[in-house]
Amino acid sequence: MEALSLLVAAEPIVKDPNSVGGGLTALGAGLAYGFAAIGPALGIGNLVGKSVEAMARQPEAAGMVRTTMFLGIAFTEALALIGFVVFILLKFA
Amino acid sequence: MSTPVSPLGSVLAGQAPEVSISRDLVKRGLFAAPVVVLGGFIADSGAGAASAAFALALVLLNFSLAAGLIAITAPISLGLMMGAILFGYIARLGLITVAVLLVKDLSWVSIPVLGGAIIVTHLGLLFWEMKYVAASLAFPGTKPNKPYLTKSRPPDKHQAKD
Repeated sequence: MEALSLLVAAEPIVKDPNSVGGGLTALGAGLAYGFAAIGPALGIGNLVGKSVEAMARQPEAAGMVRTTMFLGIAFTEALALIGFVVFILLKFA
Repeated sequence: MSTPVSPLGSVLAGQAPEVSISRDLVKRGLFAAPVVVLGGFIADSGAGAASAAFALALVLLNFSLAAGLIAITAPISLGLMMGAILFGYIARLGLITVAVLLVKDLSWVSIPVLGGAIIVTHLGLLFWEMKYVAASLAFPGTKPNKPYLTKSRPPDKHQAKD
């Protein structure tokens, strides 16, 4: 309860971009988006690399591999989108 | 002695399955649009509804762009496809960021609803589509577009003869 009241009291400081709290919030938002984008980038690189290998080995299965690859990319990208949403919530909400 | 062939130089011919998946996703998204907008309206009245609609449009555009990039580059070379997917990922994230930054200060935008709707519609549509795709990959006979499911059913081969 005390922590909640402290958070509520700190809100004007966090909203002020010229204060230390505002700066830390911006830093946190940037780190959240940046780190959230790194993981999916590695994941997509790995996923596409393996898919290309699979398609080159078995061209007759390319349709199935491409379908799975596309869905995999979209799911992996959702992680980055979650990071992006955390960024906009921290920065603009 | 045969020379080794690089997988990145290979080319994929034929139909692009990701285009039909993204078309499906767009259809499902348009089908679910009233529910998404209603959810936004309940969360934050008019601004919520508009933000939810904007989020849905962004997600559908994102899917279409991803599918389009793969469909265009795969027939050229797998190496190009790989590059297009990786740089496309950065470009699409950038596009979404720019789109949100452009509208964030407008009166009809509710940031929490916009963010929530982006995640919910993206994951929701994917799970909805995956349910169909996973089933039809594992059991091709379950594909609903088989002609015998929509027209007359062929006689069962295993049916006992009289």
